[in-house]
Amino acid sequence: MSLTKRKPIQASNELKNVATAYYQDLDRASKDPSQYVAWCSSVGPAELLLASGFKVYYPENHTAMLGSSRTANDYIPAAVALGYSPEICSYLTSDIGAFLKNKTALTKAYGVEEVPRPDVLVYNTNQCRDVQDWFSFYARTFEVPLLGIHSPKNVQELNQSQIRYVEEQLKQMSESLEKISGTSFEKKRLEKTVELSLETSNLWTSILETAANVPSPLTFFDGCIHMLPAVVLRGEQASIDYYRILLQELEERIEKGIAAVENEKYRLYWEGMPIWGKLRALSEQFMELKACVVASTYCNSWIFSDFDPHKPFQSMAKAYTALFINRSELIKEEYFHEMIEKYTIDGFIFHNARTCPHNSNTSYGMPKRLEEQTDISNLVIDADLNDLNVYSEEQTKTNIEAFIEQLAGI
Amino acid sequence: MSHSPLFAGIDVGSSFTKVVLLDQEGAIKGSKVRFSGTDLSTSTKKTLQEALSKSNRLSNVERIIATGYGRQIVQIENIQTSTITEISCSAKAAQYYYPNKALSIVDIGGQDTKIIKTRDGKRISFKMNRKCAAGTGTFLEELALKLRVQPTELDELARDSTNPKSISSYCTVFAATEILSRIREGDSIEDMVRGAFHSIVKRVVEIDVLDNEVILTGGVVTHNPTIVEIFEQEIGKTVSVPPFPQLFVALGAALYALEEDSSL
Repeated sequence: MSLTKRKPIQASNELKNVATAYYQDLDRASKDPSQYVAWCSSVGPAELLLASGFKVYYPENHTAMLGSSRTANDYIPAAVALGYSPEICSYLTSDIGAFLKNKTALTKAYGVEEVPRPDVLVYNTNQCRDVQDWFSFYARTFEVPLLGIHSPKNVQELNQSQIRYVEEQLKQMSESLEKISGTSFEKKRLEKTVELSLETSNLWTSILETAANVPSPLTFFDGCIHMLPAVVLRGEQASIDYYRILLQELEERIEKGIAAVENEKYRLYWEGMPIWGKLRALSEQFMELKACVVASTYCNSWIFSDFDPHKPFQSMAKAYTALFINRSELIKEEYFHEMIEKYTIDGFIFHNARTCPHNSNTSYGMPKRLEEQTDISNLVIDADLNDLNVYSEEQTKTNIEAFIEQLAGI
Repeated sequence: MSHSPLFAGIDVGSSFTKVVLLDQEGAIKGSKVRFSGTDLSTSTKKTLQEALSKSNRLSNVERIIATGYGRQIVQIENIQTSTITEISCSAKAAQYYYPNKALSIVDIGGQDTKIIKTRDGKRISFKMNRKCAAGTGTFLEELALKLRVQPTELDELARDSTNPKSISSYCTVFAATEILSRIREGDSIEDMVRGAFHSIVKRVVEIDVLDNEVILTGGVVTHNPTIVEIFEQEIGKTVSVPPFPQLFVALGAALYALEEDSSL
């Protein structure tokens, strides 16, 4: 039992309303033959879809809900039985498994009976190749078009030819989307959507940066909850309205000296995916240990500062290709150095997610190199984003406790 | 009847519970190793009772530091108890035997294996095996079960090996099955058991780079000294084994208990 009380963020109530409105709107669109629904990977070209008249659904948010509700392991076996390896993305296996069993996390959370039926599926390989295979399953199942952006990989310095390569793909995709929705592409509409996305991104950045304050008014675990509008509602006014409320609350916390973790003693950085089914347990353990996980690569992934409404295609190409996950080891190292400095980090936690090697920076010697370069100790936790079968509760708890003891000099 | 205060370190491991008692001067006044079983609370109390000599009573115990997998379970009436992880306790015990040395401490336990590094008396890093029994005592327990021998007999079998065989399977269950099939095909039990020891060592050295002075601790080393020999061959340098390696973590815990007292 936790002895320290969590400090709930008041804006959470409004977040629930925002999320419910979003999913119920999607549900209505799915049932209305005059409306079009696109499924999009979480860092896919959402602005293009919105500007082309689609309602946009993000399977990653859905599967993260399966993870956080600890139901993912009920569904993974169904996808495995179909030939999807338990070693590949557990977002994919959870989501497809739930679909095969005719279940959705949306029912309990938002009163929505089924995931919206897609008219098109759109992915970007900037995050991984698994999204392509994941969406291919649904394209075959629903017999709808599958469109993809194929991004350059391991980008060191992002150059003009790489940006043009993605930009061209976005323009071609726009033509395909026109044919599917029957809506003529309007540049003005795309410019407006990119402008809204930029504003969402800027607000989200300001929210995350409040954690640079000592003590921090929010934790990585709060961020995992409140990132929802940045993921599913960027390009829409609702995310901007919500983030203004949240930012104000966090600024008030700073003014009043309210810390997310009472008597914050250690400031940590989380690198890698969340362990969705253990968010609460981990949040409480860190709280007991007076350790605040103040920042993360994961929550920062929905910062798209490169968006420029005056150059919508080019800036989307740049923003979506410049993502951390898509960059070279050297760029990633520089990024970590910057984060350590910016957030006054005492210790680094790497989550080595079993089924997400692309978003786990533990396999090519990074933790040791970073420790040597910065003198900041780190801990590697072996777990997974959704598959709790590969998670050892006791080992993880002991590792975290021992890590904090080490930081304390015990 | 003695009334001198005692300070207890209790290491509740997945396989065995270990107790070390220190007096105010830091001298070891008692110790005990007992099978943990399923009722950790009872086995902890019994182990502590058995560690006490006739001249010492439970009431002499001033403070307990509990550590190990079952550390949260330890609760002895009227004795102040707190917890510290086994990782910190290992580093603490290392300072007792090897003060201020730069060390790589390798602890091979029943459920997990750790490599802990210290410099200038401070712990600087630690790594634990992944969620897998390869390279832990559980592997040997599984093997003994398959071979229908006692785990304590494995070391003698390994010592008698003349041509150790390598095992290709990584997974504990598959490795034990592989060993059994190869014995059926004509390889000797002794050679396969020694091969299993080699397999453990290989899994352990994958956890981290072993620099500076290397010390080996834990129950696996206590019961299988042949592992030490294989370990030295594998890393190409001699390693140290502290006295009573299975009690190493419990000693570290007892030292913390004593330290807390002196800091009051």
